[in-house]
Amino acid sequence: MKKRFLLLVMLLTLGLIVAACGNNDDNNAADGNDNGTDTEQNGNDNASGNDEGEAGGDTDYTVAMVTDVGGVDDKSFNQSAWEGITAWGEEHGLAKGEGFDYLQSNTDADYIPNLQQLARADFDLIYGIGFKLEKGIADIAKQFPDKHFGIVDSVVDADNVVSIGFADNESSFLVGVAAALKTNTNKIGFIGGMESDIIEAFEVGFRAGAMSVNPDIDIKVQYAGGFDKADEGKLIASSMYNEDRDVIFHAAGGTGNGLFNQAKDLKKNDPDREIWAIGVDRDQHEEGKIDDHNITLTSAVKRVDNAVHEVSNMAMDGNFPGGEILKFDLKSEGVGYTTTNEDAMTQDIIDEVESWKEKIISGEIEVPSKYDGLEEYEESL
Amino acid sequence: MEILQSIIPTALFFSAPLIFTALGGVFSERSGVINIGLEGLMIMGAFVGIVFNLTFADVFGDWTPWVSIFVAMIVSGIFSIIHAVASVSLRANQVVSGVAINMLALGIGIFLTKEWYGKGQTEMVSKPFYTTDVPFLSDIPVIGPMFFQSMYMTTYLAIFLAIASWFVLFKTPFGLRLRAVGEHPMAADTNGVNVYKMRYIAVILSGALGGLGGSVYALTIASNFSHATIAGQGFMSLAAVIFGKWHPLGAMGAAIFFGLAQSLSVVSSSVPLLQDVPQVFLLVAPYVLTILALAGLIGRADAPKANGIPYIKGTR
Repeated sequence: MKKRFLLLVMLLTLGLIVAACGNNDDNNAADGNDNGTDTEQNGNDNASGNDEGEAGGDTDYTVAMVTDVGGVDDKSFNQSAWEGITAWGEEHGLAKGEGFDYLQSNTDADYIPNLQQLARADFDLIYGIGFKLEKGIADIAKQFPDKHFGIVDSVVDADNVVSIGFADNESSFLVGVAAALKTNTNKIGFIGGMESDIIEAFEVGFRAGAMSVNPDIDIKVQYAGGFDKADEGKLIASSMYNEDRDVIFHAAGGTGNGLFNQAKDLKKNDPDREIWAIGVDRDQHEEGKIDDHNITLTSAVKRVDNAVHEVSNMAMDGNFPGGEILKFDLKSEGVGYTTTNEDAMTQDIIDEVESWKEKIISGEIEVPSKYDGLEEYEESL
Repeated sequence: MEILQSIIPTALFFSAPLIFTALGGVFSERSGVINIGLEGLMIMGAFVGIVFNLTFADVFGDWTPWVSIFVAMIVSGIFSIIHAVASVSLRANQVVSGVAINMLALGIGIFLTKEWYGKGQTEMVSKPFYTTDVPFLSDIPVIGPMFFQSMYMTTYLAIFLAIASWFVLFKTPFGLRLRAVGEHPMAADTNGVNVYKMRYIAVILSGALGGLGGSVYALTIASNFSHATIAGQGFMSLAAVIFGKWHPLGAMGAAIFFGLAQSLSVVSSSVPLLQDVPQVFLLVAPYVLTILALAGLIGRADAPKANGIPYIKGTR
């Protein structure tokens, strides 16, 4: 009896330890829960004020970030944020370790110690990358009121914290335009993860963009009910492609894998068939490769690097936007679309998308982010 | 008719991984060992299948996916020995041991992914399974498009294995012994059947089949491995085992039923009659149907009598 119990305890403990070591990567696959489409979490940017630092370059301002469990090379938010900080540092003659740095979180329990360590190390501005660090930033910001903090894709209400968000509806609008221009059947589709405000912005933006080019376009919207349901994603994609919808945009994290899988399978069996998928959050070009083709038309991306870079500069210049919620949009290059697939994104399409982009930036059109706004927008067309 | 043509093929690819895994559950539970660890065995299978595929795609060329699922099957079979040792030899609580398997598999998979690839999820595999048309059969009108066009070969393998499992369990001496061990181990022991050996074999078989299910899921649907690749499919398979009354063909039928319900919930948005139904109802429909079926339609679900009870030699 004792022996049995001991074995179980040991098994469970081993499981827990290994799980704890590994779980970190949650961010990549399905963070969706709160961010719907974010396959990875976004970081926070913190722009902190100008304190003195000890770095060598043309500034004594120092910046650091704490990754979430995705790690700094996650090909998504963390990596993007780090690239932004690196670019900012190099611009000002700083080097890693002297002026800017990061700490990697291997488990959810690392956030607070990491943030604390950086704050004690006298970094002026500390970013937490991703909604998972929301609580950590809120706690540590209270403990270090003279430091500046930033949080990406989440909101922390404190005077020394800036909250960084993204105008997903605008990037979705542009890929919607691209989809409407690319389709041969005038039928396109949208796969959402779960119904939420964030995913609504993606859906509404996409529909508004497509309708702007072709008011009669047939857009089908389906929600998978989760961000980790690749099988459901594949079912939906299969049914949409069956109905001759030739361009499908997903804002569904890991569920979107099913879309790419299905599109590639169809392309493999019939290389001449024109079908496309549109990626989200980061450039999903890699996911679309099949033989000599690529079914990824474009991706609606979040430029965490630009956001971090800009906030760092603001903070360095003494304009730290503490307590504010910054929305990075097309104008500030916080969101955008990709043209990696040159065969699919022809110059004609790019030109047209660019012209809409200018209209959004100039304020000539305002992209809706809610269903109500979409109806109004439709009437105004 | 067109609706059927779009529902059936998608339902079948959805069901295939569940069929494999449910068959594994049938073997294990028929021998008297509860296997809550199916989810973990699928995770192990998915992990091994993806990693092997990524690593050896150049070596095996177009055969890579097949070799991958084979390797995944073997590794998961070995992995399931943990469950066998704990629940058969050490007489641990089988539910707890199964839960441990689930946690352990996810932990190992993600930990190694981070170690080997430096990030939380792998790349997409370059050699997944692709659908094909079955020669000749796909040209048959009506039936062809439903059952033989754009199908994964693994789906046929699943159906074949279900029939083979039925044959093994109900038509061979080995199957009789396995079932006897699950119904009345002492009687079986008295007649010279090695209860422990049979249970070990059954658990390892369930590990192999669970691994097969997981790797087939990964290579037909998800294309990469992450913490969310297998999210509940193992438990759906377990439900299929019970729904199917611990019978291989019943389990297959239940898995296909889940697939049909799931597929219907997706396709129904383009069916005129169902179009106006709010989507949330369609999304929960598969689960409601399952509960209804379990509660009323199939009658009593009788588990093997010795299921979950460790066998101690010499006790009455």
